[in-house]
Amino acid sequence: MEETIRFKLNNKETELVTDPNQILLWVLRDHFGLTGTKFGCGIGFCGACTVLIDDEPVRSCMMPVSQVAGKSVVTIEGLEDDGRLHPMQQAFIDHDALQCGYCTPGMILTAVAMLKHNPSPTREEIIEGLDENLCRCGAHTRIIDAVEEAAGVIKGGTGNENS
Amino acid sequence: MKTVKQKQGSAATSSGMRRRSFVKVLGGGIVFFFAPWGAVDLIALPVQQRRSLTKDYNAFLHIAEDGAVTCYTGKIEMGQGVITSLAQMMADELNVPLEKVKMVMGDTELCPYDAGTWGSLTTRAFGPAMRAAAAEARAVLVVMASEKMGVPVNRLAVKEGVIADTANPSRSMTYAELARGRKLERYLDVKPPVEEHTSFTYVGKPLYHSDARDKVTGRAKYTGDLRLPDMLYARILRPPSHDARLISVDTSAAEKMEGVSIVRDGELIAAVSDNRDLADMAVVQINAEYTSDRSEINEVTIFDYINKGEFRSNVIHSGGDITTAPQLCDQVFETEYHDPYLAHAPIEPHAALARFEGEKLTVWASTQSPFGLQDGLVRALGLSLDNVRVITPFLGGGFGGKAAYRQGIEAARLAKITGRPVMVAWTRDEEFFYDTFHAASVIRVKSGIDKAGRIMLWDYNVYLAGTRGADNIYDVPNARITSYGEDRTKYPVHPFGTGPWRAPNNNTNTFARETQIDIMAAAAGADPLDFRLRNLKDEKMKAVLRAVADKFGYVPGKAPSGRGIGIACGTDAGTWVAHMAEVEVSRSTGRIRVVRLACAQDMGLCVNPQGALIQMEGCLTMALGYTLTEEVRFDGGNIRDRNFDSYEIPRFSWLPRLECVIMDRKDQAPQGGGEPAIIGVGAAVGNAVYDASGARLLRMPFTPERVLKAMQG
Repeated sequence: MEETIRFKLNNKETELVTDPNQILLWVLRDHFGLTGTKFGCGIGFCGACTVLIDDEPVRSCMMPVSQVAGKSVVTIEGLEDDGRLHPMQQAFIDHDALQCGYCTPGMILTAVAMLKHNPSPTREEIIEGLDENLCRCGAHTRIIDAVEEAAGVIKGGTGNENS
Repeated sequence: MKTVKQKQGSAATSSGMRRRSFVKVLGGGIVFFFAPWGAVDLIALPVQQRRSLTKDYNAFLHIAEDGAVTCYTGKIEMGQGVITSLAQMMADELNVPLEKVKMVMGDTELCPYDAGTWGSLTTRAFGPAMRAAAAEARAVLVVMASEKMGVPVNRLAVKEGVIADTANPSRSMTYAELARGRKLERYLDVKPPVEEHTSFTYVGKPLYHSDARDKVTGRAKYTGDLRLPDMLYARILRPPSHDARLISVDTSAAEKMEGVSIVRDGELIAAVSDNRDLADMAVVQINAEYTSDRSEINEVTIFDYINKGEFRSNVIHSGGDITTAPQLCDQVFETEYHDPYLAHAPIEPHAALARFEGEKLTVWASTQSPFGLQDGLVRALGLSLDNVRVITPFLGGGFGGKAAYRQGIEAARLAKITGRPVMVAWTRDEEFFYDTFHAASVIRVKSGIDKAGRIMLWDYNVYLAGTRGADNIYDVPNARITSYGEDRTKYPVHPFGTGPWRAPNNNTNTFARETQIDIMAAAAGADPLDFRLRNLKDEKMKAVLRAVADKFGYVPGKAPSGRGIGIACGTDAGTWVAHMAEVEVSRSTGRIRVVRLACAQDMGLCVNPQGALIQMEGCLTMALGYTLTEEVRFDGGNIRDRNFDSYEIPRFSWLPRLECVIMDRKDQAPQGGGEPAIIGVGAAVGNAVYDASGARLLRMPFTPERVLKAMQG
């Protein structure tokens, strides 16, 4: 049974006629072509598929699309503002906080959400906040540095606050 | 001095597209073709797996009419950063601004043949060939400018892509001007190595990943991100274990589903649909029956099984007399070390997209070996080499696991059956099941020291962990090193696929060797650093040991000192490396916390210090996995660990303080950097646990249970 599902996707009102049980990850990737959201494990353990739903980090590989009806979904493609990188994206570049880049969108979105709840996290809090996101290349220390710096930039109001 | 040939005709190269069509694709400008060079043949592959290098010229670099330089390489980018460091080398040799250099990687139709991206060979083997080619091209461009400008070559100098008359600097030509309005092919014979540069502009400078912006915005395309009109998603029916054979299959329920087709080619049975979820739902509706000759081996019994085996032996070093050497020893130590199967577990599972256009097949695949997959497709589908093109987009990690390319063959077979483009993107379950694991192994060492603490005997026997890192790095008068390999006709061991991991087997060999050294140092009542230095003649090894000790602020002391500090050293991929670890061990739980990890490496000339540093950090972090938690659990051919819920890889909360030193060796050839720093972590951590607790760990990973047992032991 198909349904019409309406939600906000990267700040634009969107509607979609679909089986409500379709998984959000594949709807984003296959229907909307937003392939920055990655498949990693399919059971919510790695975090590569993380998107923001009403500012909360959610594993899209486990979520039926019906659950985002009426909500706001932000993917990695929605973080830029008019070609200007979000301070978290910029900090990942500035700290070379990635290697293969496959876990990067999920890391960035998880970190963006973390800072919304806690704009001044300690190093320990950053580690705790990212601990459920896996990176196999070993970019961890640089990711922590990047999140620390982005927190400073966002608090200082010098960066792009849009997300 | 150099040979410049103008060559006519359009003979096909054996590894790429026809040169004429190559030039057509590129449009105007100058294309440099290079004869095969020796260095590219330095490939860590058995001869039978290596394609003979083309005897014809290969495209290598193109200068477009706007001065843009494109470098073609069969290497691939999987996070190790060669997309940046190769461009650095090219920019320096050609004397162009770095931003003018574009890399085209891993496309079998455009790039010269390459056996695969592994073994930390890109910089040390491919790099010199590429630099020589670029330097040669620069010389030819100067000759061309000389003819155009009417100025002798010796009066011309190149800077940032501008060739100027040194007697009259206002007279100059750019590479772009030379290329404009032309369609020139130049054929060069290159004999590496290139003359050493004294002044690099880019090489040696720390540069950040050039692909970072695409990766933080989600724009970077990995194989699974590609879409073609009319493409199908496939889910393939998988056996429950590697030894299972299909005896019957009932696809009727799946076939009744709308929007899905079931296709079959022998044992390849798949649900295909333009909706991925439907393919997923359909494949579980297929009822299949299997039979299997279930093997009793599992992750516990595998070591006994290896110990009873019959193997091919290969003595890789023999010196002095090991039979009489025990008489020279004051103490003799016999130890057996165990190392389990390991998964590669890249976050991106294998994926491939295949498309037929008439007879012509194109496969986009996450593979470390695009030319290997091309050969595999030729064999599996009976196609001609000219009709198969493999393109490698960005890889989401490889670590040796993407040397295997089963998914590419599957996608091509399904594209052939369906007549439509087919995407095969493995689930995590499939990724674990078909991973070519690092092989389990046993190492037995008998070694001895005299009263002065000198190593007099080293009898080293490695079963199934090859020879990489098995070398005897210490100065021992009586030594024999024997490597035992699987002989599948006499005594098959592995119930599933195995293959190279990051620094394949060197982690295992360095663990065994450096633990054994530590056992002897402790028995001699010596400081473990001093014991190593006294038994080493290799000055580079001594230098990296001293460098890591300096960085660490090491204070000598006999183990077990209670401090929890451990040392290890070794060589890998032409690079010398030493490690120090500091740990805390819980007496009640056996849990190890690695507090600090320091590493010093001598990798010769360091092309990109930033990239090399990141690779070292990555190695140290990844190594925590094989050291503390990672081992594949299985029952015969049935893999029990199929996802990250039970196969634990390193997390943020495990992170120690990382300290890295890269020795400055600008006068020496560049060596491998993607793997060496991973090799010594197991031994350094194990030795640190001994220093902390007096418990000796002989089996990786060091799980809390094993640590507790060793402490009680």
